[in-house]
Amino acid sequence: MELLISQIVSGLATGGVYACMALAIVMIYQAIDHLNFAQGEMAMFSTFIAWQLIQWGLPYWVAFAMSAAVSFAGGIVIERVLFKPLHNASILSNLVGFIALFSILNSSAGYIWDYTIKTFPTPFGHKPLFGGLVDTHAVGMISVTVVLLGLLYSFFRFTRLGLAMRAAAANPESSRLVGIRVGWMTALGWAMASAIGAVAGMMIAPVVFLEPNMMLGVLLYGFAGAVLGGLSSPAGAVIGGFMVGVMENLAGTFIPYVGRELKLTLALIMIVAVLMVRPSGIFGRRVVSRV
Amino acid sequence: MTAPEIASGVAARARAWHLERRHLIVAGTILIAALIPIAAQSFVLFQLTMVMVYGLAILGLNILTGFNGQFSLGHSAFYGIGAYTAALMTHLWGVNYLLTLPAAGAVCFVIGFLFGLPALRLQNLYLALATFALAVAMPQILKFHGLEGLTGGVQGLVVDEPDPPSFLPMINADQWLYYLTLIVTIVMFVLAANLVRSRSGRAILAIRDNPIAASAMGINSALYKTLTFGLSALYTGIAGALGAFAVQFVAPDSFSFLLSVSFLVGLVIGGVGSIPGCLFGGLFVLYVPNIANSISTGLAGAVYGVILLAVIFIMPAGAAGFVRYVLARVTGAGRSSA
Repeated sequence: MELLISQIVSGLATGGVYACMALAIVMIYQAIDHLNFAQGEMAMFSTFIAWQLIQWGLPYWVAFAMSAAVSFAGGIVIERVLFKPLHNASILSNLVGFIALFSILNSSAGYIWDYTIKTFPTPFGHKPLFGGLVDTHAVGMISVTVVLLGLLYSFFRFTRLGLAMRAAAANPESSRLVGIRVGWMTALGWAMASAIGAVAGMMIAPVVFLEPNMMLGVLLYGFAGAVLGGLSSPAGAVIGGFMVGVMENLAGTFIPYVGRELKLTLALIMIVAVLMVRPSGIFGRRVVSRV
Repeated sequence: MTAPEIASGVAARARAWHLERRHLIVAGTILIAALIPIAAQSFVLFQLTMVMVYGLAILGLNILTGFNGQFSLGHSAFYGIGAYTAALMTHLWGVNYLLTLPAAGAVCFVIGFLFGLPALRLQNLYLALATFALAVAMPQILKFHGLEGLTGGVQGLVVDEPDPPSFLPMINADQWLYYLTLIVTIVMFVLAANLVRSRSGRAILAIRDNPIAASAMGINSALYKTLTFGLSALYTGIAGALGAFAVQFVAPDSFSFLLSVSFLVGLVIGGVGSIPGCLFGGLFVLYVPNIANSISTGLAGAVYGVILLAVIFIMPAGAAGFVRYVLARVTGAGRSSA
């Protein structure tokens, strides 16, 4: 029993990392209707910018805010330059565009900051809590994710701009007729997702350490969490991220013989099994279309 | 004659000319491909063999994605299963290499068909996740220590390059593998082209274009989708077996998710839904990373990304679409149809 609880708690701690990423993935999915495979690399690049600013002697929170702001602007630039021209292209062309962006960001980060592993500071410290099960950083990270989720929820639920963004995503043509600038809403979606990714990257970096490939594993789990929770639900994505972390830990501990080596495989099998029962994710809405 | 009649006459003639020309191009390409081993060095020959292998694997993906509209990020797994089937059969059981190709195809067909069953319930990104799970799981399963006796674990297995048959004394093993791959590629491409034009092929396309209308017309959507999944895996599995002979080695990490991404890139660059485009995709997958590396070693990934972006900006419908566009411009048929 004690083992079970401790595994669940530490699963929640790693799940927080995935939840952060899953949230960023779902945000951009809502805005542009595509799954951004380069999201992790964008977050990694933002984190490197923050690291560079801290290296130059800026205090943590200043670097944090500046990195988020730069990412916000960078998101708009990427949308305008690369993905607006691909607006009418097929999903697969967009996918290749993401792969290209992934490759460019990964390689440039390695070129500028090299591939050595760097430590990234955390404002929450690394003091152990609950008898060493989690540390203060994990709690801080989860709190930041939850606060971010709350802010996003209020933004989309209670502001005019949030409503306009939702409308632009749900029905671009009608939105345009009522005077919403759909193109800019998409750009804004990219900007927000990029900034959220930056926050996620800065929260994750103290755990996985900073290097150009740090996000690869996280992105895979974040993707799994987002799909498990349901791509149409930001809150679902966060919960999905936590669930992936817990499932991975439990599979590794409690399934004898195969568990430890194949824990990722087992977690993925569980996710696919869940999707069999609920094909749009646990919290996702079923899309019903008129014929 | 009225203007529309003349126009349709011109279009028909252009189409006939286009058809003849296409046959000429295919025949010419095969002839050149058959003559290459006389002049080429064995490394170039190996690369061209791999181009055909990737082309076959991409064709497998194209059957599923391009013609049937189902996504897959998991084709590296089928490629890996094909490769390991060939390696196991020749290495452990001493089976003749020629038998491993149909065996790899059959194994992949069954696994692909079975995987197609749960895939029926999933669409788009959810299907992408399920196939992605397959791609991520495959290297781990191959490394799993319980199967180490069979798969060789992390170390992988050595595969012997097939000896040329004794009635062909003048060609060496590399050349023989090249010709074998060429023959298999031609046969598989012709079969795929025929499939697409057949009754079943039209059913597969109809499911992609409008699943509801297709099932209203009496097409058994579930059956066709799972069969297409199996067939697609069969193609990619045979490519994997040939690839194993060409590389002469199989190891779990060669069949990672990144290989699936390469196939996908090749599919889009070659042209989604185009059969000859797959070979162009194979060329791209094999050569462009090397070109990027020779331009700048430090920024190879960035150069690769820029090339990729340039290609999708210049040729949004892939190489096949680009060729169609250019041909239409040259023959003038484009004005009546475009």
